[in-house]
Amino acid sequence: MTPLLQVRDLAKFYGPRRGCDGVSFDLYPGEVMGIVGESGSGKSTLLSCLAGHLPPDRGEVIFDTHGHGPRDTLAMSEPERRMLMRTDWAFVHQHARDGLRMGVSAGGNVGERLMAVGARHYGHIREQAIDWLGRVEIAADRVDDKPQAFSGGMQQRLQIARNLVTGPRLVFMDEPTGGLDVSVQARLLDLLRGLVREMGLSAIIVTHDLAVVRLLADRLMVMKDGFVVEDGLTDQVLDDPQHGYTQLLVSSVLQV
Amino acid sequence: MSDYNFAYLDEQTKRMIRRAILKALAIPGYQVPFASREMPMPYGWGTGGVQVSAACLTPNDTFKVIDQGADDTTNAVSIRKFFEKTAQVATTEETARASLIQTRHRIPEEPLTEDQILVYQVPIPEPLRFLEPSEVETRKMHALEEYGLMHVKLYEDISQHGAIATAYAYPVKVEGRYVMDPSPIPKFDNPKLSMAAIQLFGAGREQRIYALPPYTQVVSLDFEDHPFEATKADHDCDLCGASDSYLDEVIMDDAGGRMFVCSDTNYCRARRAGGHIGAQGAPYEEATV
Repeated sequence: MTPLLQVRDLAKFYGPRRGCDGVSFDLYPGEVMGIVGESGSGKSTLLSCLAGHLPPDRGEVIFDTHGHGPRDTLAMSEPERRMLMRTDWAFVHQHARDGLRMGVSAGGNVGERLMAVGARHYGHIREQAIDWLGRVEIAADRVDDKPQAFSGGMQQRLQIARNLVTGPRLVFMDEPTGGLDVSVQARLLDLLRGLVREMGLSAIIVTHDLAVVRLLADRLMVMKDGFVVEDGLTDQVLDDPQHGYTQLLVSSVLQV
Repeated sequence: MSDYNFAYLDEQTKRMIRRAILKALAIPGYQVPFASREMPMPYGWGTGGVQVSAACLTPNDTFKVIDQGADDTTNAVSIRKFFEKTAQVATTEETARASLIQTRHRIPEEPLTEDQILVYQVPIPEPLRFLEPSEVETRKMHALEEYGLMHVKLYEDISQHGAIATAYAYPVKVEGRYVMDPSPIPKFDNPKLSMAAIQLFGAGREQRIYALPPYTQVVSLDFEDHPFEATKADHDCDLCGASDSYLDEVIMDDAGGRMFVCSDTNYCRARRAGGHIGAQGAPYEEATV
């Protein structure tokens, strides 16, 4: 099987400071990869480089495109890469306001990606928007409300609907549950797990919350100071950590 | 004799503006940046249009200015006087006699010909501006033809009002390529944008010039199930009886009295002179006392 995403020796430096360095991995279709580590360990830098938001200094990000097979996204032209971003890729921001248009109704937010790929039938766009609001547990009568009128959890669910409506194959998530209270987190995780399994999505999830990766991720990468210090199956890494930092991380989780 | 250079601007400036105009005509709908000058009027009063007119005027031109269709409003009168003084060109209120027409918010009712130039005053040239505040991003969207966002605006209209409620500055696609703001003309005028005359758009504060060459294909954006509709008040002109012209609603008293009159004053006058009388109109001779 061809990996959906192959990352080879990716590195990003901010001047003399290291963002991330020497990152390589394969992500297969339907697989969910978690990236954990403390603040400043380079997780978000890595995610931004993978998603094309930041140009890395070195390395390759090879994506198995629909039409042309595996291609290095860093060598693509900008129109191609932006097209990829609104069709096969999706990016869920930590703060919903970064990923939503706050002045546009929920339906418009979900419909934007459809219109960006050429949908020009109002009735169909609205139908799909309402369908997707339902799938993320937002009532259909909220379709014309603006995201400002939504709670934090609802905004995050709306952002997820907006991203998944075009049926992407790869989703990047940056701390999708950050800033939400625990009960809302639990519902969101439940929802995400359902959607990922149902749609057969591949995902890369950056988080510092080990519970999130335990629930969602098949595989785990642990980052420290810009390097990947340990990787493997989630349960294996969390239950039998080998690297000193991973042991510290696992033992730092507060038990209630 | 005037102490001003012909048409106020110096020759180098006019040359710079003409280069921008030529580029704009070569790439219909594309916004060409230009070094907009300080003009002796406030921004928002047509500084862009005036600069484009100044760059196009020749001593043989006949100049007409309209504001919301009317020749006799403050903006129109002062711009007309400005060029009478600085360029000594002939001026007229008759659409057919003018070779250069500067307009704010309307296209004349009378079809224009290949011998005419129509100059628009544009407040905000970027059709995507209210949805995407970043200029860097909107330029990229134009370059890559990413216009999905424009339909988000129309989607919002329908979801809130049940129909596309945008009534003016209705976005158009030019020759299947650039999405363009036709300046705040009523959408009633949108179908006229494909015309025989050259159309130039000048935005002074925003420092942009764009253009439509004669007979350019201009399509108003819409949805398949909510097609574009050129709307006007469902009424005839009360002065000249015209049923095909764009109307202004005029409040007559505080008891709900109102009348609808042509916004194009020259068109209305010509019709009344030709003997047409509307529901509340007086015969032409009496009206011009």
